[in-house]
Amino acid sequence: MDLLVLKEVSKSFGGVEALTKVSFAVAQNEILGIIGLNGSGKSTAVNIITGFAAPDSGEVWFKGEEITGFAPHRIAGLGIARSFQTVRPFHNLPAYKNLIVPLYSSRIRKFTESGRWGDRDAVAMDLLEEVGFERDSQVPYKPASALPHGYLRRLELARCLALRPDLVITDELFSGLSSSEVGSLVPLIEKLQARGMTLIMVEHRLRELFRLANRVVVLDRGRKVTEGTPAEIVQNSTVRETYLGAEL
Amino acid sequence: MARRLERIDRPIKVLTEDIYALSSLRTMLYVAAPRLLPALLVLLIPVLAPGDYFQRVATLAAIYGLLALSWDFIALSTGLVSLGQALFFGVGAYLAGLLNLQFGLHPSLTLLLATVIGATICTALLAPCLPLRGIYFAMTTLVYPLLMARTIEATAIVGGTDGLVGVASFPGVWSERYLILIFLLAAAFSLRRLMTTDFGLVLRSISDNDQAVRASGINLTYYKLIAVWIGAALGSFAGAYFTHLYMFVGLSAFSLDLSILPIACAVVGGLGTLAGPVLGAFILVPLAEMLRDLGTLRIVAYSLLLVALVLFKPEGILSYLKRKYEQVERWVEV
Repeated sequence: MDLLVLKEVSKSFGGVEALTKVSFAVAQNEILGIIGLNGSGKSTAVNIITGFAAPDSGEVWFKGEEITGFAPHRIAGLGIARSFQTVRPFHNLPAYKNLIVPLYSSRIRKFTESGRWGDRDAVAMDLLEEVGFERDSQVPYKPASALPHGYLRRLELARCLALRPDLVITDELFSGLSSSEVGSLVPLIEKLQARGMTLIMVEHRLRELFRLANRVVVLDRGRKVTEGTPAEIVQNSTVRETYLGAEL
Repeated sequence: MARRLERIDRPIKVLTEDIYALSSLRTMLYVAAPRLLPALLVLLIPVLAPGDYFQRVATLAAIYGLLALSWDFIALSTGLVSLGQALFFGVGAYLAGLLNLQFGLHPSLTLLLATVIGATICTALLAPCLPLRGIYFAMTTLVYPLLMARTIEATAIVGGTDGLVGVASFPGVWSERYLILIFLLAAAFSLRRLMTTDFGLVLRSISDNDQAVRASGINLTYYKLIAVWIGAALGSFAGAYFTHLYMFVGLSAFSLDLSILPIACAVVGGLGTLAGPVLGAFILVPLAEMLRDLGTLRIVAYSLLLVALVLFKPEGILSYLKRKYEQVERWVEV
């Protein structure tokens, strides 16, 4: 069953068409990669799915319900979590306190307040450990502004996971990370999928993405060029020419 | 040899931060003193003030302190910078006057109603502006008090330019003196407490990064409304209290001073500290009074002092005191 469906979504910003009749679907427990050059409309697609932008036309469906134009907090409440391309932690708060915000959302609060999952601080520490923070170190207690970039990416991921989402959308999760840092994130993503999570990954780092993704959608100047398995995408001649170039 | 200033936490601070907090009288005092002493000092004002004049200055400082606290709370929690504290003040002031004159309500009741109704009216007025950020929100809040004042002036409702005269005063001198001080202390302490709860944490994170808050499933508008309501309630109370204190309310309740001075208090006292702006009010208001002898030059001297304070202690007095209280400084060679 398709968890998320985009039907002919279009969006333009002052005459520039960021997306033109883009349609794709994500199946339950699938990892869908979205690739494309800068300005191809990847982030716009993410913003439209998560309610940060409203489409000019077209529909977005999630779990068989139309969610087009819903407010971001409502979409998050339905179980779609997203990370941001530029890391945006709550700078003044310690790392683990960053997770209190999603844990306080109406989607999650009912669980944390009934005490079923333990108190919010404990849940936050569990989440941080899950994404690779060392529980017994100083790191979770440091203010987010003092964390290195790799940890901030993990913190972003933890903030998504705190919502217990059905779908996680990552916007260039790997950007700005070293190969070894990316290498350590890959098993984490695989673990999430094994647990039943569905993911959409917008990425520039194709090598790692093609390892993870079940299917890949290619965008170019706001239009969907093609979609298929990573193996098919690599073989696609137009994609090779315009996008992959020397990298593969 | 190059030197740099090193700051180290005092041992007693480290000792009181964790599970050892209540291990000795000394550590208990260390924790309690910064809270108990100012509260005690404030509560002693009505007893110690040497006359009605000093008393009135202290009361005014408390009123401005409340407005400054309201400003700082809204800025700290939602990141919204209000240039229209006079709106809260004026709405509360006029409501108290009207409720008293029209319905003959007792001041205790008008204070309560003016606070609740005033906060609700102000929140409703500001609700459409809440999605705005930075200078745009500030602009709209700046306009509201002017709009109210000109409306009253033009339509001559609620007394027009004459204002409302003959509002009931407080039943006694002690209730008049203590009410504002107790309310101020209660507000400052409970807001500081609120900001340490998870609810307050969500409020604080809005000023930090509102996009991530929305993506975290939090209804931004709802939290902003709550923060503005609380801030407006404090301002309305200050206005209502002012009306009963002077037994009069006029267009000056919407004057620009009431919007600007609270911000000055907050800057001098320490932005985002909640207690700092109250401290700032208790410094700036008496200072303005002391400079009265200078006549026309009063504003000049006052402004220069303000600039000097901001230049030399940009962190604010409370943040400075807090640092001195918690840390020792020493020069080390690098």
